[in-house]
Amino acid sequence: MEQNYTKEHATKELLTKNRSILYRSFGDRLFSYSVFGLGITVILCTVLMALVLYGDGAEAIKKFGFFGFLTGRVWDPGITMEFGAYPFILGTLITSLAALAISFIPAISVAIFTAEYSPRWLSSIIDNLVNLIAAVPSVIIGLWGIFIFAPWMRDTFYTHIYMWFLDHYPTMLPIVGNPIGYGMTTAILILAMMIIPYTTVITVDAVKKVPKEQREAAYALGATKWEVIRMAVLPYARGGILAGVMLSFGRAIGETMAVAMLIGNRNNLPFSILGPASTMPSVIVNEFREAVENIHLSSIIAVGFYLFIISLIVNLIAAYIQRKFSLTGARTI
Amino acid sequence: MKSLKKRYLRDNLMKVFLVGNTIVVLTPLIIILLYVFIQGIGAINIDLFTQELGSPSRAMTGRPTGLVHTIIGTFVVDILALIIAVPFGLGAGIMLSEYPDNKLNPIMRVMNDTLNGMPAVLKGLLAWALVVKPMGSFSGLSGGVALAFVMLPIIARSTESSLMNIPWSIREAGLAIGLPRWRVIMSIVIPASKSGLATGLLIAFARAAGEAAPLMFTSFGNNYKSSTLIGWIMGPVDTLPQRLYSLAISPYAQWHQLGWAAGILLLSFVILSFIIVRIVIREKNY
Repeated sequence: MEQNYTKEHATKELLTKNRSILYRSFGDRLFSYSVFGLGITVILCTVLMALVLYGDGAEAIKKFGFFGFLTGRVWDPGITMEFGAYPFILGTLITSLAALAISFIPAISVAIFTAEYSPRWLSSIIDNLVNLIAAVPSVIIGLWGIFIFAPWMRDTFYTHIYMWFLDHYPTMLPIVGNPIGYGMTTAILILAMMIIPYTTVITVDAVKKVPKEQREAAYALGATKWEVIRMAVLPYARGGILAGVMLSFGRAIGETMAVAMLIGNRNNLPFSILGPASTMPSVIVNEFREAVENIHLSSIIAVGFYLFIISLIVNLIAAYIQRKFSLTGARTI
Repeated sequence: MKSLKKRYLRDNLMKVFLVGNTIVVLTPLIIILLYVFIQGIGAINIDLFTQELGSPSRAMTGRPTGLVHTIIGTFVVDILALIIAVPFGLGAGIMLSEYPDNKLNPIMRVMNDTLNGMPAVLKGLLAWALVVKPMGSFSGLSGGVALAFVMLPIIARSTESSLMNIPWSIREAGLAIGLPRWRVIMSIVIPASKSGLATGLLIAFARAAGEAAPLMFTSFGNNYKSSTLIGWIMGPVDTLPQRLYSLAISPYAQWHQLGWAAGILLLSFVILSFIIVRIVIREKNY
């Protein structure tokens, strides 16, 4: 009884109390304006990033030209001070596309297995594990790669491959490259390993959203389990899967630390399969701290500007796919 | 029409293929986690938490080295980032969920996802240009700003989704007894979703705590403790992921050991926050 009384009393007080204008309409406006003001920074940040990167990279872009910088094959901070981003753009595209190609089928397989085949307890374990690994910082993967994975790959595979080519096709050696362990292939494999969890997480989400009726209809026609997945589940989930693949591609492009630790950091073409190479984020991390000349600094920021454009395009495509295909809201990892 | 036998065979083959793929994918991922723990556990000792790193010769001559300055620095920089990012992220989340008819919202959602997908190294460049360049020195503050750019989109998204979980009828109840809209948001919606909000902050914090790329040229790194509080904010500061990178690429075996120790610290923190987040989410059943 007593509690009821106090509640009623509170409500009555709330309704009858004379509040100032600051509390009512003006307070409402003040609040919404300040929330908008704070929220709008999300848009401003992206715009600001573009402006700042262009502004600080302008010196290099002006000197070498917008497309000249893009296609310049020489990166020489030592003597000639000539800069071109082509090797890094090439390195970024090769590593991330190759990683995507390697990771695509395994990632989708894990997702289908957890969503469709495995018993409940196992899928919850795998789900937790995949989510956890998606959260592991890339420096830790890089640490493992630099001390365990790269030396192991060198001793078990690279040297043997190199020796085989040395014996049979010595002319191919420039393409195969030095088997030092830190190079393109190692970076691609680690990158693939790192983006599998991202793709899997989003694909599981997309597959789980497929309505039960869709599956039951296919089963009713006498389809086997795999036929159900192939004909009823995957086509329905393709938008989500595609968006997930695009987002993972974006991750692969921007992945910095693990790649910088494992790719060997060679700034000049030609790259080889096993030998060292470089990507756009890795060159930024490696050289920015040491850059002294203005034009060098500005060139590195200009590389960042091009990286911004590429990842903006990839992210906008992913957003478009997600909007076009998905039925419910997007999910971020 | 294929024969039934062939279809069954295909079905079974695909099953084997999927199971095989799952094992092949998960094994190296588990190996990574195990390796960091096995290698790191041996490098953990009391010096790690009480001594600073010092110069390479200090480790080479066998004097005690540790990462106390790195651990403190990580918290200083990350908490600075949280302080900077929280108002903006909450604002964006409230704007997205409480004012759904706002015309800017669709653009904002896309921009938020785009910002989230931007390479962290670019956020570092942005913070460098905004803070380090005008101030003329590397600082913990600039690291905080860089990490705030990492946290902002995560906080905005998680705030939006946890506020959305509160049914509209509850807001309407508040409006019906004559509360103004801001009062409904501040005293009904936000308290009701506070565990969701806290989870979002923890996710953002854990994610930012693992980022090394934006800190390389903002908080820069430092082998020694700062003697004053101002030094932690205005001077170069060490952080775990960035120190881990520097230790890993250094030529000293002793520092490699410290690298594994830094790895296990960072990984434990990430796993701990992951478990907390999972438990909260399961209880709340979002």
